[in-house]
Order: sequence, then structure tokens, then C-alpha cells
Amino acid sequence: MASQKVIVVGGGLAGLMATLRIVEKGYKVDLFSLVPVKRSHSLCAQGGINAALDTKGEGDSTEQHFYDTIYGGDFLADQPPVKDMCDNAPGIIYLYDRMGVVFSRTPEGLLDLRLFGGVKKRRTAFAGGTTGQQLLYGLDSQVRKFEAQGLVTKYEGWEFLSAVIDDQGVCRGITAQDLASMEIHSFAADAVVLATGGAGMIYGRSTNSIICTGAAAGRVFQQGVEFANGEFVQFHPTGMLGDDKTRLMSEASRGEGGRVWTYKDGKPWYFLEEWYPAYGNLVPRDIASRAIYKVCVEMGLGIDGKNQVYLDLTHKDPEFLTNRLGGILEIYQQFTGEDPRKVPMRIFPAPHYFMGGMHVDWNHMTAIPGLFAAGECDHMYHGANRLGANSLLSASYSGYVVGPKVIEYIKGLDRSATDVSQSIFDRERQRQVEIDEAVYRMDGNEDPFILHDELGDNMMTNVGVVRYNKNLELADAKIQELMERYKNIKLSDTRPWANQTVMFVKQLWHMLELARVIALGALNRNESRGAHYKPDYPERNDEEWLKTTRARWTPDGPKFEYSDVDISLIKPVQRRYDVAGGGK
Amino acid sequence: MPEYIHLKIKRQDGPNEPSRWEEFKLPYKPNMNVVSVLMELRKNPVNAHGQKTTPVVWDCTCLEEVCGACTMIINNKVRQACSALIDQLSQPIILRPLTKFPVVRDLQVDRQIMFEHLKQVKAWVNIDGAFDLGRGPRMSEHDRKVAYQLSRCMTCGCCMEACPNVNSKSDFIGAAPLAQVRLFNMHPLGKMDKNQRLDAIMTKGGLVDCGNSQNCVMACPKNVPLTTSIADLNRQTTLYSFSRWFNRE
Ligand SMILES: Cc1cc2nc3c(=O)[nH]c(=O)nc-3n(C[C@H](O)[C@H](O)[C@H](O)COP(=O)(O)OP(=O)(O)OC[C@H]3O[C@@H](n4cnc5c(N)ncnc54)[C@H](O)[C@@H]3O)c2cc1C
Repeated sequence: MASQKVIVVGGGLAGLMATLRIVEKGYKVDLFSLVPVKRSHSLCAQGGINAALDTKGEGDSTEQHFYDTIYGGDFLADQPPVKDMCDNAPGIIYLYDRMGVVFSRTPEGLLDLRLFGGVKKRRTAFAGGTTGQQLLYGLDSQVRKFEAQGLVTKYEGWEFLSAVIDDQGVCRGITAQDLASMEIHSFAADAVVLATGGAGMIYGRSTNSIICTGAAAGRVFQQGVEFANGEFVQFHPTGMLGDDKTRLMSEASRGEGGRVWTYKDGKPWYFLEEWYPAYGNLVPRDIASRAIYKVCVEMGLGIDGKNQVYLDLTHKDPEFLTNRLGGILEIYQQFTGEDPRKVPMRIFPAPHYFMGGMHVDWNHMTAIPGLFAAGECDHMYHGANRLGANSLLSASYSGYVVGPKVIEYIKGLDRSATDVSQSIFDRERQRQVEIDEAVYRMDGNEDPFILHDELGDNMMTNVGVVRYNKNLELADAKIQELMERYKNIKLSDTRPWANQTVMFVKQLWHMLELARVIALGALNRNESRGAHYKPDYPERNDEEWLKTTRARWTPDGPKFEYSDVDISLIKPVQRRYDVAGGGK
Repeated sequence: MPEYIHLKIKRQDGPNEPSRWEEFKLPYKPNMNVVSVLMELRKNPVNAHGQKTTPVVWDCTCLEEVCGACTMIINNKVRQACSALIDQLSQPIILRPLTKFPVVRDLQVDRQIMFEHLKQVKAWVNIDGAFDLGRGPRMSEHDRKVAYQLSRCMTCGCCMEACPNVNSKSDFIGAAPLAQVRLFNMHPLGKMDKNQRLDAIMTKGGLVDCGNSQNCVMACPKNVPLTTSIADLNRQTTLYSFSRWFNRE
């Protein structure tokens, strides 16, 4: 049935890969994105993408990749899908290579690999210091080929507002808003894939692009999609502080030899190397972030008494650095005015990645039939902590698998979206128009951007690297206060054309909804696992908490359920990085 | 240390509306950039005369100068707003939208045409499908470096803005898509469709419309070797024309 059509929302790696896998089987795709897909957030990724290519003669294997990912994630990920991802990783890298992605090479012209955190083998393929950009451009070019053939229609500069759900509870399309004309339309489709990325903006400033609000996930959460493992937020140990965003210094800088230190008793102190001799500077991110937090906040040993330590590359050859890390070092230099080849960089942990996301089954379908999720917005591959360079992989891989699964699903449908009564679409569109009109009428005295700043500060302070139950309670109370004050917003721009303020006000509500899921999920989970750390409950507690958190929206706030994790392939062991083969 | 950050912004409510200048003054803070100033402004949109106004509309995404979204004209130079550090700019800081693209609102413009050009020149490798066919072709690290310089183009539009031959009276596609032709024509698989891409740039609006002003390469924030690429394509098209002439039926 080639007249069947799929909507993909999101043009990062996950959305573009899904699009390719669907159109090349002859189905048409309508592709929606806030920004031209070539400017999607995936292009921020610097360091690289993991696959056990073993081009360095180290005897790496997909089994080892699988083990490291599960272990690094503190055993919270369902194991079979992760295994499939690792098994498929080399093929996906080869696919990118054929698309013309300019991966860095070995002297023999094979794909070069570098070391990333939490692993012992070189497994990370990279394109200089702008790997995400290069992968995105590869996929973007391929999708453009199909666009030229009329199989892909792009809606760039459109925002997804909601799923259209029929009376049987099946997703039949979406509503979306044109960000220039502000018009709201409904679109029919036999299946919808959300590939809308992460939600760093919930923390105010993060390493994410500023379009990463998570609003799309928040919207369908309120329509019945569960949000899983929200409390697992990765703080990247090496962020650069800034007013507008905390830019990232990639883990690749440590992979290429960067050392983290501060002064103790007047002498450089390489605390990661001292505390974690087996992995040194390349401990996983949760561990490194907590160590830096401890040194600065608890021991008061930050550089110049501030919350910052050094990340030092000055002992490396400048030409080597330029060749391997050029793009990243440029960013640091450009935004601080200091050359990291000559002076150590100043860094501190910053919110970076959401391990959690929309709950999906192993076919990437949400609880709403016909509505799929893939990429950073799903919950599937990283458990309680993501290993560096594994998310370009999971974004690509989830797009790679969701495509065929979507086709399987629509082949099994007994009626097509075009047979669904128009009234279903009109009803949802009308609901969105009313929400929009209500925002235009907002005439109180609160500023939405200031409410957002307060949300960010609240999340950073109370739902950060180290968590205490009393702070988490404060966090939730504050979010509820912000939700009250939200109703009293004053809209500073009422023009019905390219109105970014209206869109931001709407996104802010969804950020608040998800913020509660994160804070309450963290409050409930009385253990420490991966990125979720409570000093009052310092141990992992498998008996009670080896469980996937699943939050469901209700008008009275999120309700939580917990389900078992599939641990059929690797038996959980204690996770340690201070000794080699820790815990095995 | 200045007391204020003083901005003069060219504003326009919509595509067919008149433009106007509006000035703003914000208390000085160190280490700001044009994007962080615009973000600060929207929290309390009041102009330098103390009048309430609307927040300035502009595009930005990554804030790391890799996405190209926040390109605008800052003190008469086309560049990305996120990496324009206030402490390095002379005041008043004058912000204008790009002039070679239609204005959507304020500093926001529509650069869709640049993506159309990529379509026109077939800027892709014609792979058989998105499935695993095993290892791709080998490539020397030297060739990889040349290709990487070209593939860092972020379609920001600086080169088009700076080019005198891109104007309302010409169809010139500008330097960016030309550099992409060179990129894909270098690739071991991309080479197979080399001539199709050359055909696409040997028509009106293509290579011949370049006036060799060399402004593009100076404007490019990523140092993409644009003029070198154009010279290389001139060689490629010349050879191609010869071979077509010799092989004509
Ligand atoms: C600074 C930085 C560096 C990183 N480095 C690495 C690395 O080296 N290795 C690694 O593996 N990972 C890295 N990551 C993580 C990785 O980049 C992301 O997890 C991944 O790219 C996410 O891809 P995605 O396709 O899921 O989403 P995205 O690339 O975020 O794409 C989301 C898409 O959805 C669209 N969208 C969102 N909401 C809506 C809406 N409401 N309506 C319409 N469209 C919408 C957007 O326009 C966009 O096209 C890094 C992340 C950051 C922030």
C-alpha cells in the first residue's frame, strides 16, 4: 500500500535515519523539524561514535561493547536491545562511511579509533572534533536525494504540538504549527515517529542546543505516553560555564590524554588518577562529575576558590591536538579567549544528556499504537548512565530499527489514516488553537523567561549531581509554585507572525511537567545508581530498585510505576572503576 | 569597562513591513556574546528610550558556531552572533539581518534557497541503500583532511552575503554549493556521479557566474577553501568539456 504515509518529527540522527529507512522501501515521509534539519542538535556532538571495529589490533568485540554499555549503565537497561545495538554498530559506521562521512583514518586508510570513558579498548570512530555534525550532514545529504525525488516532504520551521488520536486510541497523525505564519494544521499519517531529542533546557543552561526543551515528549506524556527513567540525567564532567549555555569540552579531550587536576597543598593534584587508578581520567561521566563536585563543593579545592577544576592538554604536541581535537579546542578558545594548547581549561560538570525518555517497547512503539519514539527522546539504551560516544550510536541505531518496525506496523493496519473521520483531526486541531489563543490572551505580570531561569536554578541546585530527599521535596514544591505563577504570565509580544515568545511560553509548560517527573522520580528512588546519587543511600539496591521507572501523567501530577529490567544476558555485578575489571 | 552594552538593531515586523532602527542599553556584564545579550533583552524588552517593545526575533540553535543558524550582520561584518563576543566589539553594536535573503522578522531570514542549491547540484553520494554492505572504501588521511575542510560548511550564508555576484539580478548559487560539488566529486563513491554534478554547475547560475571577487573565502567562518574549490572545479569542468567533445557521438 504505497499510498500509506509516515510522519517523522525530528531531523537529528534518529529522525533522518528513520526517514531513510522508510522512504527507501517506497513509503512517503513528511518530515517535521523546528529548524532546517541540517541545523539539528545532533551536530553539537564532538567526540565520536562507538562501534567495535577493532582496527587497532586490540581484540575488541561487539560482546565487549555490549558488556561495557550494560556495566556502564549500572544494569538498568533492558539487555537484549542493547546487545542488538552493539552488534549492529559496525554496520552502521560502514553505512555512514559509504555516505561520505569524513571519518579520521589510520595510515592504511581504515577508520581510526580513539579511547573514550569507561572502556579499555579504542572503540570510538570520529571525524576530527565535529563528529555529530559530519554524521548529520551525511544523513542530511541522503535525505535530500529522496526529497529531490518527491518522496520526502520537509516541514522545516514547524513545531509538533500533539498526536492526533482516534476513538480507538490509535495515533493517526499530528498537529503542528508553522513558526512563521503561526498557523496550526493537522496532518494525517499511518504512523508517527517522534525523534525530538533531549531536554537540557529543563536545567536552564546545559550543553544542549537551546531548542532541546523536551516539549514534544512533554506533550505526548500528557496524552498518555509514559516517561521512563526521568531521574537519570547525565552531568558531563567537563562543561565550560557561560551565561547563555554551558558549552561542552568533549570527553575526547581526555581520550587523547587530557588530565584533570586542581591544587592541593600548593601542588597539582590529579585526583581522578589517584582515586581511580584503573581508569584514571577516563572513568565514566557520573563518577568523574561526582569527583569534581566533591573536590569543589565539599572539599573547597576548586581553582581560585570557585566551582572549577583544570582539564589540561598542555603536555601534548600542539599539532597533534589541532589535528585530533581542532573543532573542540577552537570552541574553547573562541568563547574564553584562551588557547587550550597553552593553558589548562577550566571546567565543571554540566547537564548534558537524558538517559530517560518516552517509554517504548523493543519495536520503539509507545503505549499509543502508531506512535513511535527514537533517539535521545526514548528511554531504551543507556540505563542509569550513558557511556561517551554511545548516543550518536543509539540515535542512529534506533532510527535504523524503527524504520522497518514502522513499515511492519502499517502493513498490519486494517484501515488507513485517510479513512479516519476528518472530525478526529478537526477536534485535535481545535484543541490546539484554543491553547494558542489562551496564550495570546495572557496578561498577568510574570515573565516566561524569568520563570524559566528560576526553573533551571531550581533543577541545578536541587536535582543535580548529588541529591538529598529534602532538596528534592523543595524542588518539586518550587516547580508547583512556578506552575501556579505560569498562569499569571504577561505576554510581551502579541503579533500573530513569527512569534517566538508564544512558542516559548507553550514549551515552558511542558518543561515544567517533565521537571516534576525528574524531581519526583529522583525523590522516590532511594538508592544510588549511575547518574542518580544520594549520599543518604550510597549503595545500589537491586532488590528494590533494579526497576525501570515509568511515570504516567494525571491531572494531579505524575504517578509512578516500576517494572522489571530484562537482565537475561549479563548477571548484575557491583560496578567499580577503581580496580581493573572491577566487579567482574 | 563600559557601563552599558549599547545596541542598535534593525527591526522589521514581517516580510512586507517597513524596517526601523531600535536602540537598547543593558547594564554591562563581562564575557557576554550577542546571543546572550539578546536573551537578556527579551526578559525585559524595553528600548533605550524606556519604552516597552517586543522581544527581538532571531534564529539560534547550538550556540557553538557549528549550526550556522545565528548568522547576521554585526558591525557591518557577516558572522555568527553566538561567537561575537561583546568585549571584542566596538559600541554601539549594530545588528542587521542578512540582506541577500528574505527577512522573516527582525534578524530572522529565510535561507531555504541554500538547501535548494544543494539539491540542484546533487550534493550526495548515490549509495544503493541504508543497509550494511560491509566496509566503505579506504581513503588516505591526506584526502580525508582535504574533504573535512569542505564538509565543515554549515550552510550559514556568509559567503552568499559577501559575494557581489549574488544579487537580485543574478541566479548565481554562490560558493557554498560549489565547494560541496568538489567534496562529493572527491569521494571514492561520489566520483561515480561526478559528471552529473558538473553538468549541474555548468548552467546559468553556476560556475561561470563567479566573478572571482574572493570575498567568500574571507567571509567564511570555517575557513572552507572556497576559491581553491572554485579553481579546482574550473579545471574539472574544462577537462569534462574536452572529454565530452572528444567522445561526442
Ligand atoms: C555538546 C554535546 C556533545 C555531544 N557529543 C557526543 C559525542 O561525542 N558522542 C555521542 O555519542 N553523543 C554525543 N552527544 C549526544 C548526542 O549528540 C545526542 O544525544 C544525539 O545527537 C541526539 O540525536 P537525536 O536525533 O535523538 O536528536 P536531535 O539531534 O536533538 O534532534 C532533534 C530533532 O527534533 C526536532 N524537534 C524537537 N522538538 C520538536 C518539535 N516539538 N517539533 C518539531 N521538531 C522538533 C529538532 O528540530 C531536531 O531536528 C553530545 C551532546 C551534546 C549536547
